[in-house]
Amino acid sequence: MHPELTGFLFPNDVHIMWSLMIVLYPYVTGLVAGAFIVSSLYHVFGRHELRPVARLSMVASLSFLLVAPLPLLAHLGHPLRSLNIVITPHFTSAMAAFGLIYALYLTLVVLEVWLLYRIEIIKIARQSRGLKRALFATLALGVYDTSEEARHVDHRVMVLLAAVGIPAACILHGYVGFMFGSVKANAFWSTPLMPIIFLFSAVTSGVALIMVLYQAFMKLSGRGIDGACVQSLSRWLWMFAILTVSLELLEIVTLAYERSDEWLIVGPLISSKLALSFIGVQMVFGSLIPFLLLGIVVLMRPFLTDPLRNTIAFLAALILLIQVFAMRWNVVIGGQVFSKSMRGFRASYTPELFGREGIALALVIVLVPFVVMTVFNRYLPLHEDAGRTQG
Amino acid sequence: MNQPADDNHLEREAQGQLTRRSLLRRAAAGLSGVAVVILTGEEAYVWGSAFQEAPQGAPAPVSYDPTKHHYVYLVDIDKCIGCGSCVRACERENQVPSGYFRTWIERYHISRTGNEVIDSPNGGRDGFEALVTGELVTKSFFVPKLCNHCSLTPCVQLCPVGASYRTPDNLILVDEQRCIGCSYCVQACPYGSRFIHPETHTASKCTLCYHRITKGLLTACIQACPRGVRKLGDTVKADDEVSEIIATRHVHVLKPELLTDPNCYYLGLSHEVR
Repeated sequence: MHPELTGFLFPNDVHIMWSLMIVLYPYVTGLVAGAFIVSSLYHVFGRHELRPVARLSMVASLSFLLVAPLPLLAHLGHPLRSLNIVITPHFTSAMAAFGLIYALYLTLVVLEVWLLYRIEIIKIARQSRGLKRALFATLALGVYDTSEEARHVDHRVMVLLAAVGIPAACILHGYVGFMFGSVKANAFWSTPLMPIIFLFSAVTSGVALIMVLYQAFMKLSGRGIDGACVQSLSRWLWMFAILTVSLELLEIVTLAYERSDEWLIVGPLISSKLALSFIGVQMVFGSLIPFLLLGIVVLMRPFLTDPLRNTIAFLAALILLIQVFAMRWNVVIGGQVFSKSMRGFRASYTPELFGREGIALALVIVLVPFVVMTVFNRYLPLHEDAGRTQG
Repeated sequence: MNQPADDNHLEREAQGQLTRRSLLRRAAAGLSGVAVVILTGEEAYVWGSAFQEAPQGAPAPVSYDPTKHHYVYLVDIDKCIGCGSCVRACERENQVPSGYFRTWIERYHISRTGNEVIDSPNGGRDGFEALVTGELVTKSFFVPKLCNHCSLTPCVQLCPVGASYRTPDNLILVDEQRCIGCSYCVQACPYGSRFIHPETHTASKCTLCYHRITKGLLTACIQACPRGVRKLGDTVKADDEVSEIIATRHVHVLKPELLTDPNCYYLGLSHEVR
């Protein structure tokens, strides 16, 4: 027997089937959904203090959405057959909905981004020559109408799309949680709470991402950080983090208190194999510390200088990004560490460095959206500077 | 059962060569087969014939009509001696990669205090070494396991491309040409019956030797079992022994609380088994 295996495992339950890539996939889609929600807070719910991040969050959402299928492709045993999910879906499978939901959401986000930048695209098309002009004229779809009336229509459609986008974002990420929550064979995954936990942690990670991106972007581009915007983001982040962690704890507490048969294995799982990543990283470092930090930002506003408040909020958001990653790790890997015999544990999973499902590729996948955003920003600014859209 | 020094012998046996040990084993199996025929009047089986049939994946004969069959499987726990013949037979018949199992045997030692010692070294492939738990063992038994071919199986429900499917004769099979290797079915199987084949990168599991049973042959595991632990039934047949046992005896299924409705039944299943 393998020295790291403990207890009795079914003989086939030795390997971890879902690797780092499957940890990454819900993480990336979570960022997509969360960033979209931030943008909707401005577009639909009229949180005008979030205007400085309205564009950034939408473009961030699109950038991460573009790489979302990559971890799945890297994981599949037969990536070349992946399109079968879309062409010949088996509709009783939660996974088969991926193509449909992804396509719907991508269409929505692309349309929303296009409307956001339509006026600017037209401006660039008019002012440039050659290839650039051709490209932007194509992007403008040949319509150069920038009249007040046209802008009004743009705005109305954008609000409508953002409104439709909220349930779509919820479905996109709720569905990822559902893929785990509906596996009744797995004691750790199988709970109706799973989609809801995934959803709230997605929003948390999205808001945290925008907080970090916004501050970093403004610093790097030599602009001033909008205090009201950071304050508002902090408030939302605090609320969503509290909801997320409460749900995560509720799930565990319910299992423990019920003394359900699942707890037979989930209890030892958390206290042994997941002691560091769940209790240490996800709960204490990832949840308690940001809760206190954001509490300071939200409740002690008059006592904080702007730079101090921004720094604390930045730090809290960074830690929450780690918290959500830890949550994905604990669900995906933690749910596979125990055998379905409910009597033993597999060896702990350490991802390879290189290779198809390795750390290197994971880092590349995470970095691609930042490259996309940088290139995007060269032509279409992520930040709406005063007077820029007036022309 | 096999000593570690027997590697050479195992190798030769794996290559289908006749060794002294395999000769003795076949002779013993043949004799016990004769005994079974004499005592019970059952159909005799010949050790080794399981490995001489059609190649893997051969389609069912044209004359075979899957709608005229409805297979069920029965395991009689009290008869199992944990010799591992079934695991080895399955491995050879289906070219199961080393370290993966389409069928395996678990051993349970239960003491009066309720302490459980459970193991399945190498899936029980090489039998079991004697075990001393240091406690008074009041119950000890072997449990052969395989795919339960569940009627309400999550693996078929969750497969995103329909590569896992139910046949009209009540089996769950995997279409290797369609499988995308996402492992969702491996996650979904409550019994640990599935694995991703390390070479084909597709889901793999017990097929109840579909290439054999569609020709009227027994599965390799049933054919190899010297104790008649495993039985294949066909509920469509009028005087089917397995159907009769399921209908009249106290049979159980694994993890009934999950409501997967397994088609693999157990006689004498103890509550410790999951």
